[in-house]
Amino acid sequence: MIAIDGSTGILLAIGIPLIVTLFIAAFSRMPNLRDASSVIAAVLTFLVVLDLLGMVNAGQTPSVSLFEVMPGLVISFSIEPLGMIFALVASGLWIPAAIYSIGYMRAENERHLTRFNICYALAISAAIGIAFSANLFTLFIFYEVLTVSTYPLVAHKQTDEARRGARTYLAILMSTSILFLLTAIIWTWSATGTLDFQPGGFIAGHVDPALVPVLLALFAFGIGKAALMPFHRWLPSAMVAPTPVSALLHAVAVVKAGVFTMLKVGVYVFGVDYLSQTDASQWLVWLASASILIASIIALTKDDLKARLAYSTVSQLSYITLGMAMATQMGIIGGTMHIVTHAIGKITLFMCAGAIYVATHKKKVSELDGLGREMPFTFIAFTIASISIIGLPPFAGAWSKMYLMLGAANSGQLALIGVLLVSSLLNIAYLMPIVARGFFAPSPVAAHSLGAAAADDGKRWREAPFLCVLPLCLTALLCILLVFEIGPLYEFLLHIPILPEVPTP
Amino acid sequence: MIDLITKNLPALQVVIPLMAAPICAIFNRGRLAWTIAFIVAIVSFAISAALLSQTLDGGVISYHLGGWAPPIGIEYRVDVLNAFVLLIVSGIAVVTLPYAVKSVAQEIPQEKQGFFYTALLLCLTGLLGVTITGDAFNVFVFLEISSLSTYALVATGAERNRRALTAAYNYLIMGTVGATFFVIGLGLLYMATGTLNMVDLAHQITLRGDSRMLHMGFAFVLVGIGLKLAMFPLHLWLPNAYTFAPSAVSVFISATSTKVAVYVLLRFMFGIFGFDYAYQQSTLQYVLLPLALLAMFAASLVAVFQTDLKRMLAYSSIAQVGYMLLGTAFMTQTGVMATVIHLFNHAVTKATLFMVAGAFVYSVGSSKISDLKGLGRAMPWTSAAFVVGGLSLIGIPLTVGFVSKWYLVQAALELGWWPIAAAIVLSSLIAVAYVWRIVETLYLHSPSPDSKAKEAPLAMIIPMWVLAAATVYFGTHAALTSAAASRAASTLISASNIIWQ
Repeated sequence: MIAIDGSTGILLAIGIPLIVTLFIAAFSRMPNLRDASSVIAAVLTFLVVLDLLGMVNAGQTPSVSLFEVMPGLVISFSIEPLGMIFALVASGLWIPAAIYSIGYMRAENERHLTRFNICYALAISAAIGIAFSANLFTLFIFYEVLTVSTYPLVAHKQTDEARRGARTYLAILMSTSILFLLTAIIWTWSATGTLDFQPGGFIAGHVDPALVPVLLALFAFGIGKAALMPFHRWLPSAMVAPTPVSALLHAVAVVKAGVFTMLKVGVYVFGVDYLSQTDASQWLVWLASASILIASIIALTKDDLKARLAYSTVSQLSYITLGMAMATQMGIIGGTMHIVTHAIGKITLFMCAGAIYVATHKKKVSELDGLGREMPFTFIAFTIASISIIGLPPFAGAWSKMYLMLGAANSGQLALIGVLLVSSLLNIAYLMPIVARGFFAPSPVAAHSLGAAAADDGKRWREAPFLCVLPLCLTALLCILLVFEIGPLYEFLLHIPILPEVPTP
Repeated sequence: MIDLITKNLPALQVVIPLMAAPICAIFNRGRLAWTIAFIVAIVSFAISAALLSQTLDGGVISYHLGGWAPPIGIEYRVDVLNAFVLLIVSGIAVVTLPYAVKSVAQEIPQEKQGFFYTALLLCLTGLLGVTITGDAFNVFVFLEISSLSTYALVATGAERNRRALTAAYNYLIMGTVGATFFVIGLGLLYMATGTLNMVDLAHQITLRGDSRMLHMGFAFVLVGIGLKLAMFPLHLWLPNAYTFAPSAVSVFISATSTKVAVYVLLRFMFGIFGFDYAYQQSTLQYVLLPLALLAMFAASLVAVFQTDLKRMLAYSSIAQVGYMLLGTAFMTQTGVMATVIHLFNHAVTKATLFMVAGAFVYSVGSSKISDLKGLGRAMPWTSAAFVVGGLSLIGIPLTVGFVSKWYLVQAALELGWWPIAAAIVLSSLIAVAYVWRIVETLYLHSPSPDSKAKEAPLAMIIPMWVLAAATVYFGTHAALTSAAASRAASTLISASNIIWQ
């Protein structure tokens, strides 16, 4: 690997996905080259991010400033542990997502693939920009870029339904960000005179303590991508998009950008210590808990597989918001870890849902009877990811849930442990029936398969194309591997600052 | 020679386009007239850039026309504020003219093209004159020069749609009513103070104190300018005029004429009456502020339901003027600064968008939204420029619209006016609705099968993208514009503080 310094690394990580859009556009008539360039860019970006990780581990703080947009407002990047993790998730999961896109989009004979690939790469670039932002202003810019660049992806099919879904998507994300987030940022700016993220936060002493919960509310609702109820509607309505886009939304970039921003604001704007002293986030604890439970219950009622998964995401995202709102170190660590584990689990689940759709064109949970025996790889991956999402060992999700519970215990709110437990039960209730139907329910003797087809039922596999199945197997494998690698991750996350830095004399 | 030119720059700024106009008319050949107009625009731009560079450090150029000292003679007075506005006007002229070649060739008959450019130059003269002069009555004269030529320009849209004639006629009536109000107001001010020079006016007002005559003068001037800048609800002339004017004219006047009128308002409010003039304070707060808010919401909402792109943009302009008035009504440094920077930002944004509309008219023959379906593929550059301009209209970061909104919200928060800050962001959400309707139409509908739309010619695409690039450039490098705007605001405020001390 060529040695690069920190600032080049940051620019490369954001720049590679940007530059590759040019290649994609240039190769628009050569599908193989076009799709390959996406995958290559994904691998390169991931390598660069890994390189940056090495630097952070070596104790450096890579940073770079680009230019001043308005007096005092600079576009600048700087890497800290939280952002490092998010960048790793986004760039790492881009690889399977890019491979999966090829398999899925070709099998579905989707059109406009050049536009699709360009917007996908732009979204990744924006996500990494968010991860590395050194101030709220930069973060907000990339946040909006992410919204705008994913809109064409949601509307990809160009049907009336897609247009409607995309409209809801854009309307909610953009209005919350402009109405609340921007207001919160300008408020912060006029109160403190700075927007730079600082360990331990910089709000203390500048904003009337009575108003701090209000400011936090503006942030919490303004970060619409975190899908905190009642601003979660965009996520289910975005499921009209092709499945690779759902993977991007639910796992790789979009919602993760939301909860990442939530954590970042909690740690670097308010400060965990400050939040716990002032109890400013107490209301958010209860709202997030409600969001967890309500969304899980709604997920139970959904028969459409992707809708069920979408509501599951809404519920799981609130775990992370909850982790921030608890205002304890374990809460933050658990929340960050949950970004990783949920991303890997959810991308697997969505890729499975897509694979099922490609192979059988079935969308509803009630239609999946017996399908597990025809699509064993897909369903085994689905099972692994489900258990990981539920939070049972020996899969990765168990760890993040454990740390969240530790955080709840540390904050002295035992009721929250109850919330997390009930939610796990609900997770079992809405995820496991899918697995059970797939493997154990008898195959329906459908009218079209009465004759010869029924005879060799169960013998013949009907898996989706190879390029669809490979990535989901990889990510399922990752669910297992991560169990053993959680130690280093935990060590790394201990570096997230909880207290303000004591100025060295 | 050089010395002579540099000394007389303020006069040349107005005189060159004024002299060039009759030359265009005499030759009356389309191509030649265009060449003259283009050269004049470039020269004007160079002059205004020179003036801005001379005044950016806070200096004031006072030029006595014909050597007659003010307050008897006419004074041209350039400070950073009007140098900035001069730069906007002449800059827009420079990019509009290359754009005009193709669209004028298509929309206006050969034999009238010479006169068209004559009128355009006269309009430019008027706008530059209004901005540069330091004499209140001179403002009226130039305002009429620009208005009369604009009526004629709007009427030339009749070749495409006969309704341009009624639009121009309406504009003529309303514009003249406005001018009458304005001139009556000036008369009253003259009665109250005995002078028409702006600096002297300000001085005399402080000397003589408040009076009923002054109140009336103030009110008449406000209504008069209000009509010219399409202050809600005095905006009725604007939608038709912008819709039915030829494309190049829509571009030019939408980006300049209301902006210049806003400048005149600023100059009168703060340069003559001053920040601390109590009657003005209450008027701004209880009349202008609600009207501005009303414009932001009502006009944006009306824009959502338009069926014609140009008309939609016209209503959006009324809403944007609301933002500028709002900044003025704050009466703080940041508020005025937000207004000034929005003059520039909105000029760039709206010019881009009207150029897009003009390109659609050129290629499809219509700016009806229903005729634009699926044009994103056939006209990629034009459509992409619309997205850039549209995002700026909404106020998405990295565009100039965001910079304006940032300062405007900040100005509201500084005063602690929370509801107003909320209203600003809320109204910009309505912009999402009307902009996105068009984006959807362009990109997410399949084109009609018999559509033969082709991308607009390069002569239109390049100016359009110059402006679109400016939208992004000044949205990411706002230091220059915000410094100019901030100094302009400080100049106005310090001037008015001196008046009242």
